[in-house]
Amino acid sequence: MHEVLLVTASFLACTVEMVEALTIVLAVGVTRGWRSAIIGTATALVALTVVVAALGPALAVLPIASLRLFVGALLLVFGLQWLRKAILRASGFKALHDEDAIFADEQRAARAVAVDRSGVDWYTFTVSFKGVFLEGLEVAFIVLTFGGAQHNIPLAALGAAAAAIVVLILGLVVHRPLSRVPENTMKYAVGVMLTTFGIFWASEGAGISWPGGDAALIGLLIYVLAISSLLTAALRRRHRLLELIGATT
Amino acid sequence: MSHLRTFGSFWYDFIIGDDWRVALGVTAAIAVVFIAAHHGLNWWWVLPASVPALLALSLDRATRRRR
Repeated sequence: MHEVLLVTASFLACTVEMVEALTIVLAVGVTRGWRSAIIGTATALVALTVVVAALGPALAVLPIASLRLFVGALLLVFGLQWLRKAILRASGFKALHDEDAIFADEQRAARAVAVDRSGVDWYTFTVSFKGVFLEGLEVAFIVLTFGGAQHNIPLAALGAAAAAIVVLILGLVVHRPLSRVPENTMKYAVGVMLTTFGIFWASEGAGISWPGGDAALIGLLIYVLAISSLLTAALRRRHRLLELIGATT
Repeated sequence: MSHLRTFGSFWYDFIIGDDWRVALGVTAAIAVVFIAAHHGLNWWWVLPASVPALLALSLDRATRRRR
């Protein structure tokens, strides 16, 4: 069960981050040319692979209890950050992530800078590199922490790689931002999973044993989903109320 | 120096994000579980109880600021 959740979480996280990176690369590639965009993307992917390859074996030698305490705490803080944003988006307090609008903004910015035709276009290279590397860093973080705490980084990396391939193929086929991907819902799901694993591992790493053992993870998942749904519903009501007050005053 | 600040600010935003109080609350709750466990107490409920409270407080602060 842990394995299924591990692959699902890294797959979903990688999908949303890849969709965001793809939007940036597509915008500069379409506007300024593909050569430098592809070089920037490839360089970022190599850099990310180096990060995972360098840190992965280091995590594997740490004692599992200390690793789970540290990783669990990080995942919990990180997961709550994702969940908080997802709830604010779902309740209307924060604008939904709009790939079409981001694509248009990136294109506008890309057009404003002169294209360097002599060799590598550094603007395109830098924007592509930064887009892929920074979005990919979150995936690398999730792969390393999830995989590290389970002592199974290759499995987490497999989920991320599968997502990268799917998004890349879809991007090549449709050749425009993947705005139909339910990105906000997926981010919500990732937030719930990160928080669940964070609670589970941080508690175990701190020295407690869960009632029901590993099966407690499913109970926790349902629990986190239930409280985030309740909070979303409460904030939706608050948002509607605020709109109503705003409309009448 | 400014590179160091940028580097630090990147990791702060990356891990801690918009509300540092959540990170502080999580650290405090884990410390409670750790101390309890080392005194023979199996307080597994501490984190499941802390998470909704921290999340609710943080969301309340975020949405109150927007009123």
